[in-house]
Amino acid sequence: MDILQIAIILVKIVTLTFLVVLPLVPLSVYFERRFSAIIQDRVGPNRVGIPFSLLGFKKDFHLFGLVQPIADGLKLFLKEDFTPAHVRKAFYWMAPALTVVPALITVCVVPFGSPISIFGHTEKLVIADLDIGPLFVFSVASLSVYGITLAGWSSNSKFPFIGGVRSTAQMISYEIALGLSIVPVLMYYGDLNLGTIVKQQADHGWLLLPLWGHDATHTLSSKLLFWFPAAIAFLIFTISIFAETNRMPFDLPECETELVGGYHTEYSSMKFAMFFMGEYAAMVIGSALIITLFLGGWSIGFGLDAVVEKLHIGDFYYGGFIHMGCFMTKLLAFILFFILVRWTVPRFRYDQLMKLGWVVFFEAALINVFLAALIVAAPQLQAAIIGIGSVLLVILTAAVIWVAKVSEEQPKILRA
Amino acid sequence: MARHIRARTAPGPSSTSIRYSYQAMSDTPSATAEMKLPKDFAAEKGMVNVQIDGIWHQFPKGTRMIEACRQAKITVPHYCYHPKLSSPGNCRMCLVQMGMPPRPTPGQEPQRDDHGFEPIGWIPRPVIACANTVSENMGIRTSGELVEKCREGVMEFLLINHPLDCPICDQAGECRLQEQSVQHGRGVSRFIDMKVKKPKNVDIGPRIRLDDERCIMCSRCIRFMDEVAGDAVLGFTQRGTHTTLTVHPDRLLDSNYSLNTADICPVGALTSNDFRFQMRVWFLKETPTIDVNCGTGTNITVWTRGNKIHRITPRQNDEVNSAWMPDSHRLNFHYIDGTSRLTEPLTKSGDKHLPSSWADALESSAAQLKEIPAHQVAIIASGRMTNEELFLARALAAEIGTSHLALVPRVDAADHLLVAADRNPNTTGAKLILETEDPYAGLDSIRAGVRDGSIQALIVLGEDLVTDAGFTADDLKKLRFLLQTSVLANPTADHAHVVLPSAAFAEKRGSMVNLSGRLQRLNRAVEPQGQAHDDWEILRDLMLALSGEKNEAHQIEDIFKVIAGAIPAFSGLTLSKIGHQGTPITETGYQIPLLANERARKAAGLING
Amino acid sequence: MAVVKLQRPKLNFGEKIYFGALIKGFILTMTHAVKSLLGKSVGAETLASSGLGVTMQFPEQRWDDHLPEYYRGAPALVTDEQGRERCVSCQLCEFICPPKAIKITPSEIPSDDPWAKVEKRPLEFDIDMTRCIYCGMCEEVCPEQAIYLRKDYLITGLKRADMVHNKKRLYEIGGTRVGLVNKWNELK
Repeated sequence: MDILQIAIILVKIVTLTFLVVLPLVPLSVYFERRFSAIIQDRVGPNRVGIPFSLLGFKKDFHLFGLVQPIADGLKLFLKEDFTPAHVRKAFYWMAPALTVVPALITVCVVPFGSPISIFGHTEKLVIADLDIGPLFVFSVASLSVYGITLAGWSSNSKFPFIGGVRSTAQMISYEIALGLSIVPVLMYYGDLNLGTIVKQQADHGWLLLPLWGHDATHTLSSKLLFWFPAAIAFLIFTISIFAETNRMPFDLPECETELVGGYHTEYSSMKFAMFFMGEYAAMVIGSALIITLFLGGWSIGFGLDAVVEKLHIGDFYYGGFIHMGCFMTKLLAFILFFILVRWTVPRFRYDQLMKLGWVVFFEAALINVFLAALIVAAPQLQAAIIGIGSVLLVILTAAVIWVAKVSEEQPKILRA
Repeated sequence: MARHIRARTAPGPSSTSIRYSYQAMSDTPSATAEMKLPKDFAAEKGMVNVQIDGIWHQFPKGTRMIEACRQAKITVPHYCYHPKLSSPGNCRMCLVQMGMPPRPTPGQEPQRDDHGFEPIGWIPRPVIACANTVSENMGIRTSGELVEKCREGVMEFLLINHPLDCPICDQAGECRLQEQSVQHGRGVSRFIDMKVKKPKNVDIGPRIRLDDERCIMCSRCIRFMDEVAGDAVLGFTQRGTHTTLTVHPDRLLDSNYSLNTADICPVGALTSNDFRFQMRVWFLKETPTIDVNCGTGTNITVWTRGNKIHRITPRQNDEVNSAWMPDSHRLNFHYIDGTSRLTEPLTKSGDKHLPSSWADALESSAAQLKEIPAHQVAIIASGRMTNEELFLARALAAEIGTSHLALVPRVDAADHLLVAADRNPNTTGAKLILETEDPYAGLDSIRAGVRDGSIQALIVLGEDLVTDAGFTADDLKKLRFLLQTSVLANPTADHAHVVLPSAAFAEKRGSMVNLSGRLQRLNRAVEPQGQAHDDWEILRDLMLALSGEKNEAHQIEDIFKVIAGAIPAFSGLTLSKIGHQGTPITETGYQIPLLANERARKAAGLING
Repeated sequence: MAVVKLQRPKLNFGEKIYFGALIKGFILTMTHAVKSLLGKSVGAETLASSGLGVTMQFPEQRWDDHLPEYYRGAPALVTDEQGRERCVSCQLCEFICPPKAIKITPSEIPSDDPWAKVEKRPLEFDIDMTRCIYCGMCEEVCPEQAIYLRKDYLITGLKRADMVHNKKRLYEIGGTRVGLVNKWNELK
């Protein structure tokens, strides 16, 4: 590996992590505040701007309050960093970093755009073009539960502890549904490289919008047939991502009405801000993953991607940047969707949350794997086997629903 | 025994506990011939049976109805009645309904109920409870339509000419007129004519201000000045609604007891110049303690808000000061937060006093005292110190090893009521604690010792030697070491090498014995100003600094416990056992003149209390 | 205590899978969001707001013209028609004040003052506006109609000391109030 390559990787790390994803955190905080405000008939932060009047100009430049997150960040930096006397210091200090770092590491496998090319040198817009993309994301993202659990435990106080315990249980529960739900997707593409998955979607239609790029192996009917397991997988995956990121309606680890602040009750200043950043970074990564897997990633769609890839000025093929813009647009839209959900759906009860994860999503994802396998394998199978498989699937589904229903019946309370 | 017969179980000195046996005896028919009635049981003790609001009680003959009601724990509203004064019955507020048994026709046996009481025939008109005395088988109703209507009417008359200036009136908050117009008044006035205007803000004496419009003509002040203070300068002029309280021409209400009239005034007509417009009474906290201006040990209440004393009023104690106190003693508290108050320990360097810390001041005192032979050290304590402080002063003398310990006598003219000639409040206590007949005896020899140089160091506890003990500034300059504890800056402190700020009487706890041998308790009403310490703590710390021992006395109770073990007169007592009324511990034969007057008037039936 | 047992509503299939309610919720929140963005927030008219939400944009838009009659702003002392300070320092407001914001030092009116017959007035009258909770109990309890909650709401200061209104400041805010019950007129 020569120096140039290392330099390129470093540039990609710095650019994509710290100039693309990290600024999305304050930006999504700003959107969160403005969007929730207009939903609730308020104004939201619209004042903080560039104080030109301090420099002698007549008017300040308000920028719609876009500078607000910077001011917030500055405030958090300048606040007293208070460590209560009763905490377990090493873990207390480690926890915020353990939340924010995994979220940022997962950035490295997300493809931000199609490869760009300059002087004949082609460079993919992804930090690490791993062949185990989603697995890497899951393995690293599941580390962030340690941050929260450690924060809850090391704070040595009731509410953070309950928050930490809740978070652990919740994340472990939903990781199963999360992992199982994308098995159909991976089966369909037969590949674990996120770049390849997106490229396939660009060529043959997004998983949830398979309307172009038909050919012999990718017939419209087969794609439409797979749309059903894909939609189920999308649903389970999206909702599980909500639970994984501790967002409303599953923000039980930090619900203010019950736990004051949850696991970060005892934190202040920048340590608190790191939890905050971790939560929003997880949201950004979750959105990116959903887009990559189901909504075509950086793909513009409708067969336009091939055209964009060919755009160039001299030797510089810049289509990748247009794709990156497309990706960021989709990302922002999905973040807005996250926010909309937060301010619309009320918080679940903890037992409802657990039931949803273990009784509904886990089973649904399992059945969905079966269903997807059947659909994917159908062309190579005989009709009889398909029939038997379908019947088995129906019986299995019925059995699962029946078990779920029976388990729901509560025993009669005996009274003396 | 029937439930509604309640024998008095000695709540006051004048009622006794008794059990009727009438019904029990009537159960045996043979006993009926010699049956004793309730009146007979009562008469044996010189008492009478009275029914108050349906319940039978026993009271001594001659008790006023209002006093009987008070002892039965039923309040009859009143203005002019005061247990320590005669009862003219001029406010008419204490109207109650009275009933007596009907007089039987000749030869007729009086009817009796199961308990031997005759039925009561109620009089349809009210009587005043303050001027009528109880009699056998009498009934009193303190409620009911008749009584309530009458009270309402009296209140309405009293309020006709009242200016209703409660927002500016100092009495507001402790005004009987306010309280009783809430309880018994109509709430609105039907009076549409012009109110009678009378003199306001009249300067009738150096310490008292008169507002005639507020006066309800109860005459308590007139009677007090006449009967108790013996200086009848007040009186009424004019007639009817124009009746005006005034002071005798060419005279002033300048008796040393004049402020008591402001205390007993049920309304805001007489107010104290000193307390006037200072603070509303509802903000004030009351602390029961005792006065330290003379040997009588008048019981007082200190009224404070925050850490400031706003006024002092007498507290009733029939064995000491009845319900009164002299003005001179009452107003002697402003020095406590005055400008000459010492608030931090001072040590002399060169000829200037510099502020110091307690630890440094005590340490340097101890070091300097140790340099001087014990027999050249003398302690001059004060008759204003509490028993605990005197005990510690004695212990300090023992610690140093000196026998020179004396108090400074303080004698001034006595009056015929409460002010004693001995102006030290704890002379009796000093005699007991120091176990000497004359605690002042050693002072002359100490003074001589200072002058001839045989005494090189003096510890002066709360006394000003220059002003009160016949020392001169030159005497004090001869001393190698002079330590003074004091509340205020004074000439002696000027020469002291170490000055320790101590607590004033309202800032400390402790006990004193008054001239008649009554052990009484001082309570802390305010915290000591600045860094001043309680005297007993200063003495304890000085002793610890001298001996280098570990402290074992953390509360003043610990000191008192040691006293109770060491001095026979105090044995078995604790600070809390003393109570707010004090407890007699020794016989001195001293009579407080005011109490002698009061007992004579009570014996003559002029007063009840 | 009686225990009231509530019967949970029976949900049909559609309600059980929750999506209908979710979509209804999205429609509701998005309606509000869109209306806000169009400057037509519900209630913007009556609350005199900018339309982007019902919030009033403070320095540009102000409550001043819209303050209701019963608005409770800063408490202040008032003088009467003859310029006499109505307060006689009875200290009832000091007593009633729930956050103990009021501190009064009473004093006697000197005999050469034209209003000497009133006898008493405050020497100092401090209201600590950092403590005041604008409850209006001082106004309610005042027997002399001397203290009123005015409509001043912009009480600011750079120091704690700035936030303590002394007697002079209180009379500045309060001004003169006419037509009140006058206990101290010539008849008295």
